[in-house]
Amino acid sequence: MDTALYNEAAVAAPAPWGRVRRSRYLADRVLKIVCTLFTVLGAFVLGWILLMLIVEGVGGLSPAVFTETTPGPGTEGGGIANAIVGSLILTVIGIVIATPIGVLAGTYLAEYGKTSKLAMVIRFVNDILLAAPSILIGLFVYMLMVQPMGGYSGWAGGVALAIIAVPVIVRSTEDMLRLVPGSLREAGAALGAPMSTVIVKISWKAARAGMVTGVILATARIAGETAPLLFTALNNTFWFSPTLMGGVSNLPVTIYQFALAPYPNWRELAWAGALIITLSILALSIVARLLLRKDKVR
Amino acid sequence: MSTIALNTSSAIGNAAAADTGVPVRIAVKNLNFYYGDFRGLKDISIDFYDRQVTALIGPSGCGKSTLLRTFNRIYSLYPEQRADGEILLDGQNVLSPSVDVNELRARVGMVFQKPTPFPMSIYDNIAFGIKLYERLPKSELDGRVEEALRKAALWDEAKDKLRQSGMSLSGGQQQRLCIARTIAQKPEVILLDEPTSALDPISTGKIEELIEQLRSEFTIVIVTHNMQQAARISQFTAFMYLGEVVEFGPTTKMFMNPSKKQTQDYITGRFG
Repeated sequence: MDTALYNEAAVAAPAPWGRVRRSRYLADRVLKIVCTLFTVLGAFVLGWILLMLIVEGVGGLSPAVFTETTPGPGTEGGGIANAIVGSLILTVIGIVIATPIGVLAGTYLAEYGKTSKLAMVIRFVNDILLAAPSILIGLFVYMLMVQPMGGYSGWAGGVALAIIAVPVIVRSTEDMLRLVPGSLREAGAALGAPMSTVIVKISWKAARAGMVTGVILATARIAGETAPLLFTALNNTFWFSPTLMGGVSNLPVTIYQFALAPYPNWRELAWAGALIITLSILALSIVARLLLRKDKVR
Repeated sequence: MSTIALNTSSAIGNAAAADTGVPVRIAVKNLNFYYGDFRGLKDISIDFYDRQVTALIGPSGCGKSTLLRTFNRIYSLYPEQRADGEILLDGQNVLSPSVDVNELRARVGMVFQKPTPFPMSIYDNIAFGIKLYERLPKSELDGRVEEALRKAALWDEAKDKLRQSGMSLSGGQQQRLCIARTIAQKPEVILLDEPTSALDPISTGKIEELIEQLRSEFTIVIVTHNMQQAARISQFTAFMYLGEVVEFGPTTKMFMNPSKKQTQDYITGRFG
């Protein structure tokens, strides 16, 4: 080809400096300052909450917190061992129920349903569920399980928490699977792998870290839920029954009740409980972050 | 460069078949392809010869990749895409619903433009395809993996890190891994969709050498935007334009003395 690669006239006469208006620099700086300011404000509020929790909560922490059960009214001392164990159990029940449902539904949306009508409807309903007031879910499970079974139970509490967790997992699973490049699926199919094999062996594997992260974040979310438990697992100031029938003690409702109580030792335990729950959620979030980062490095 | 003796008196469409004496492996007859309402391939008839490299060239959007993607019916992943006509592989129409796609894809392997290593070890990347069809004892599977890696000229670089992720390899190595994965299934036909367009010149050279070696065993169809590449590695070339095969013939003839003006113009860089 004999066409010149550049236009000589354009090279000979460079663009003059000073064409960018000053107002553009100004607008740039203003936006930057405003954004920074509000970020600092947000971080400040968060930091304040954390600081208050630590100041008040650390004072309430003692070995008894982890070994003794919740004290009765007017009783000295006591701990929240039953509430900690109860919360662990309820959260595990919730996440064990929610994970298979959420992962499979998310897989349906990303791999099979895609833009079909059914998938659109499911996606829409899932988004509504994601934003549903959690007290409503508590009431729903009350009618579904507590009334027919004739009483509060840990099982009802676990199911209520699962209903909160499912939409979170559906969403994160779908989002993560959609990040898997279509070329990878084509390559799997080109080897003659049926769709199920492509999904299980390739898509899931490629999206693994993100999917696990979604489940961890859902766990963190339900660990702190209070409202759905009020009508389902209720609470219990003693060790609950091993069958999980009857009220099952748990941290969020204990905090809710103890924080409003007139007894100083109850309020101190509420602070300790709040600190424990916050630190657990923080730890889960950090694990989730590390998992995602590890995936990116690889 | 073409290494077989070819009689290049006249070579348009099926006329080439009679001249070369090489058996036909894939015979495409009156193939039409639709993306929804858009007709991407128009009444294509063309033969691909046994254990020869056929290059598909033409400007972007002319239907080269579309044609390639009909041979293993990979287009059927997308419901809005469909093909009609005949693609005879050893006499059987692969477009017929009675042909099992997964079985077809074991016989017709495909390598894509961008390397697509699966998120698993180098070893598992290759074992994945083998395990889909065969249940082999570990020792035999090891042998097949090694054989595939050797044929794809990757064994020396990969033998000490078979357990490492396939994604840890360089781009060129990843592409050879994908070729290894394909040939491990012992296909008859290998489809290559611009396999070197994402690679540097050295990696490209290695892949081209590899294609030259694989020709003794496999029938190869390669889509390429690089005319020099088509000239270097193929024995036959088809020039496509706007969903049609404008000219098809032995590569030497196509490049030295094309019959159609459009082919001449494209090859000399006057358009495309």
